[in-house]
Amino acid sequence: MSRDLSRWTAALALTLAAVSGCGSGGNAATSTPAPAAGGNARELTVFAAASLTGAFTELGEAFEAAHPGVSVKFNFGSSATLAQQIIQGAPADVFAAASPATMKTVTDASLAAAPTVFARNRLRIAVPADNPAGVDELEDLADPEVKVALCAAQVPCGAAAVKALEAAGLKVTPVTLEQDVKATLTKVELGEVDAALVYATDVLASGGEVKGIDFPEADKAINDYPVAALAKAPAGPQAQRFVDLILSQQGKDVLTEAGFQTP
Amino acid sequence: MTTATPPVSAPGRTSGRERGGVPGRLPWPLVIPALIGLAFLVLPLAGLLVRAPWSTLPQRLAEPQVLQALRLSLVTATVATAVCLLLGVPLAWLLARTAFPGRRLIRALVTVPLVLPPVVGGVALLLVLGRRGLIGSWLEAAFGLSLPFTTAGVVVAEAFVAMPFLVISVEGALRAADARFEEAAATLGASRWTVFRRVTLPMIAPGVAAGAVLCWARALGEFGATITFAGNFPGTTQTMPLAVYLALETEPEAAVVLSLVLLSVSVVILAGLRERWVSRI
Repeated sequence: MSRDLSRWTAALALTLAAVSGCGSGGNAATSTPAPAAGGNARELTVFAAASLTGAFTELGEAFEAAHPGVSVKFNFGSSATLAQQIIQGAPADVFAAASPATMKTVTDASLAAAPTVFARNRLRIAVPADNPAGVDELEDLADPEVKVALCAAQVPCGAAAVKALEAAGLKVTPVTLEQDVKATLTKVELGEVDAALVYATDVLASGGEVKGIDFPEADKAINDYPVAALAKAPAGPQAQRFVDLILSQQGKDVLTEAGFQTP
Repeated sequence: MTTATPPVSAPGRTSGRERGGVPGRLPWPLVIPALIGLAFLVLPLAGLLVRAPWSTLPQRLAEPQVLQALRLSLVTATVATAVCLLLGVPLAWLLARTAFPGRRLIRALVTVPLVLPPVVGGVALLLVLGRRGLIGSWLEAAFGLSLPFTTAGVVVAEAFVAMPFLVISVEGALRAADARFEEAAATLGASRWTVFRRVTLPMIAPGVAAGAVLCWARALGEFGATITFAGNFPGTTQTMPLAVYLALETEPEAAVVLSLVLLSVSVVILAGLRERWVSRI
């Protein structure tokens, strides 16, 4: 009996570890808490689209270095989910969305004013490194022999894919409509599909496992990323300072390096 | 075939309807936490009911995609439960009735899908049964079979996640059942297979039924392993939980409606089954 109990406790502990691991994956290392200069908040919470994980983690560290005593915490996820959390009262200071539509749900609720577009993301065709189906242009995706993964039309990368395919006048029947761009990319990385439409930043982040192919119709489906300091930001003016960092030259450099285009 | 009366009609065992009648005052150390527990489980459901957009409910239900997803969910969860029964009951028997080295480890391994985050389970399934997986690549080369992105793939993902519920329930029932009846049957000359079929199985039937219900419910709500292993395409692999998740991205109200549909259908089916079971035993 007690052995059973200890096994279940161990299982529970594992689950908790897995869950908390998920949640804190993007958190920047916190410096030792020290009283911040000028009576400012010591913690800044940034809600950002999952595709910003790499670039924002780096910028968060730069912000902490420039503002000693402040620790930046991130909540990376689907823009729509983050927008819902903000509307439901989550204590966020800054919101960076992967589409103007999701940002609009937050500004419509009067929780943020005047968002600024700070980055643009372009679609690319992603194929496994060995490109088994020999895909080299967008038209190849319409071949019924080619297994294609797209994002679902409800999420920004899916909406962009629909726009690009429409612009090209192509009818593509995917085998799956994935819930987000990372899941779509995983299907390519594992070789389960022959091609997918994902963002240029995702191809870059996957290293050598996935090859990216540019196509001209991507110009018709550029995705804008808006950012705003939130009206009820618990960290007050610090929120705008973080937004300023993202819009600065330093911010642009980090974003460009991650594969974004900057205005 | 004579009637297989369960041999465990111990005195004092009453039918389900009359159970639970120990006389005396209700002990508050049990009642208060029980009520808090009930509220904890039921309040989120109340939250869904309050937020449901009742006025647009009929037209949302009439959308063909909703019925399609619901049908797919019910079919795949039922087939997955059948698969789990076929494989899980023998596995539970093996764990409860035989002794072999490493049994403890095997029993712990059975619970792996419970501990594993379902999305990770889906990736693991891809690594084994995917196009480039250990077994999947062979399946594709030898038979031209490919599981990801098919309805069969949904069943595989659901069965993977739900099977431990069945195995644990059935194993518990087997351990609680009195092995002397099986021994008696064996002494009277019954083979091990006959004993299992004619004595063991009728004895543990309620445990198997409870396990199957848990297994079916878990399969019905499965999300992570399904979307990772089988993908999401309306009509082939888009079950209700997947439809709910995607609706949440754009129309939270539609997601509430879809969740309510899934909940009410499963509650009606489970209540109906329970009614039958309780009146039969």
